[in-house]
Amino acid sequence: MMKRRSLMKAAALMAAMGIAAPATAQEAEKKIIGVSIPSATHGFMGGLNWHAQDTIERLGKAYPNLEFVLSTAGDAAKQVNDIEDMMATRNIDGLVVLPFESEPLTAPVAAVKEAGKFVTVVDRGLSQEGIEDLYVAGDNAAFGRVAGQYFRDNLEPGAKIVVLRGIPTTLDNERVEAFQAALDGSDVEILDMQHGNWNRDDAFAVMQDYLAKYPEIDAVWAADDDMAIGVLEAISAADRQDEMWVIGGAGMKEIVKRIMEGDQQLPVNVTYPPALISSAIEMTALNFVSNAPMTGRFIIGSQLITPENAEQFYYPDSPF
Amino acid sequence: MKIDLHTLGPLVALVALVILGAALNSAFLAPANITNVLARSAFIGLIAVGMTFVITAGGLDLSVGSMAAFLAGIAIIAMNAALPGMGSNWGTILLGMGVAVLGGIAAGYLNGALVTKAGIEPFIVTLGTMGIFRSLVTWLADGGTLSLDYGLRTLYRPVYYGGIGWITWPIIVFALIAFLGEWAMRHSRFGRHVEAIGSNDRVARYSAIDVNRVRLLTYVLLGVLVGLAVVLYVPRLGSASGSTGVLWELEAIAAVIIGGTALKGGRGRVWGTVVGVLILSLIDNILNLADLVSPYLNGAIQGVIIVLAVVLQREKRTADER
Repeated sequence: MMKRRSLMKAAALMAAMGIAAPATAQEAEKKIIGVSIPSATHGFMGGLNWHAQDTIERLGKAYPNLEFVLSTAGDAAKQVNDIEDMMATRNIDGLVVLPFESEPLTAPVAAVKEAGKFVTVVDRGLSQEGIEDLYVAGDNAAFGRVAGQYFRDNLEPGAKIVVLRGIPTTLDNERVEAFQAALDGSDVEILDMQHGNWNRDDAFAVMQDYLAKYPEIDAVWAADDDMAIGVLEAISAADRQDEMWVIGGAGMKEIVKRIMEGDQQLPVNVTYPPALISSAIEMTALNFVSNAPMTGRFIIGSQLITPENAEQFYYPDSPF
Repeated sequence: MKIDLHTLGPLVALVALVILGAALNSAFLAPANITNVLARSAFIGLIAVGMTFVITAGGLDLSVGSMAAFLAGIAIIAMNAALPGMGSNWGTILLGMGVAVLGGIAAGYLNGALVTKAGIEPFIVTLGTMGIFRSLVTWLADGGTLSLDYGLRTLYRPVYYGGIGWITWPIIVFALIAFLGEWAMRHSRFGRHVEAIGSNDRVARYSAIDVNRVRLLTYVLLGVLVGLAVVLYVPRLGSASGSTGVLWELEAIAAVIIGGTALKGGRGRVWGTVVGVLILSLIDNILNLADLVSPYLNGAIQGVIIVLAVVLQREKRTADER
């Protein structure tokens, strides 16, 4: 134990020297940053994975003394193992983690912090406060609120809408509560809310059943662009495209493109950028290569994508 | 009379569900809703018919959901790749269909060969291939979604949505395959061999049945049917991703068991499987149409009905055997 501590001290000393003397940056001690994210199981996570790999590749070239270890996990237990492996075998100096679930990841990430590493938590907070050095997240409440306000401002009083929810999680609850709060006091009626699990096929089936059940629907909050694709397909199969419009979310490139083209069925979209992982990795890297302070909370707002500004949200190379 | 008692369970459950659905919402029996439910059932239905043969022969295939995602992925890639050379026409789509079905044969052969030639437990083999196919499609899609070219999709779309009146093509194909499957299980030599192997493979071997060949064929047949399901699935949303076909394998297995096929093999009932598939999709449909319970509890309701359907059948059977 003593040995490891003194080793770490030496490393810290060398790092300090490296920062103090930028001219010798080439010979600066290597810093290893571990990145642990959920695997690409649906569109949004696919985009997030792509942005993570893209950022790592770019930063690896820009800062030769930084090395990155990326691991993706299909469940919380695997993610805990990944992080333990990073500590034991790669001796990381910093960790960027998007917890699969808050509870099970809290203790393992706290252990990383106790070992004196720089910890960045992304998007899903840990269940205990004050563990991480840096917190980078999207704004789930704003995601629901921005969408809710659009419905409120653009629907006639007495309009009827249906909602598709995601996988039952706190994240989904936050969004839906903010959405309902934004509609509070308006005459817009929410007919139904069922779980489409952020999945195209599930959303397709749920929307088909909504269409069978309700003769009048004026708008749909699909709350996610993967679900929006399934919803649009169900609406066009029932030949009711002219009756209702659909708002998805997260800014999938196909959807953003259709907004750019002024599609009547998709008037706007709300961002929840998968590129937030890039912000987190960049800021963690800056912590090791610059003197800029990088601790605190960094919340990325949810913006409304309209036909006018859609171009700046269009990433044709991303898989999402 | 005996046979009636024996098989009443799943049918009773199905009829009860239909009555319940009609009572809860008048939209339930509208032709549009019936078309929706039957067409949605077709994917799991085709796979479950194949699964009936595999399970009856004493096997199991956990890989079918991942296999469907993988086949959809390679079919989309093949069609997109052929588009510049072949143009946006039915030739390109037929090529995609061919890739899906041939891929299904190859994937089914892989499973079957590992089970019969390498002698590995089907549970382990297909658990392995399940992971392999799922990873492959995620890798091919770069973690995102593989989408079929828009023009091709427009052309291909009627394969899911079109048909004869309200009877769409998926319903027709499902009915046809169910009919052929029932016939093959009851009246063909292959079906009898499958049942014989499932009830006692040693006796079957002594009766000069080529046990390994028949077993291998059940997996290949299942692969073909997964391919066929993909042919109908791709035009629906025109895309495939890592989340395509998740848990289809369990739905198919559940449908087979609800329908009265023994999980230990030896007794297969294709029409029962069809009833099982319909029960599963009706539960989903009814829960969406009627706000009976919190959506959080949908899974629990499904679980209860699945177990009940099997219990009903079990009681009838013990009474019958007495």
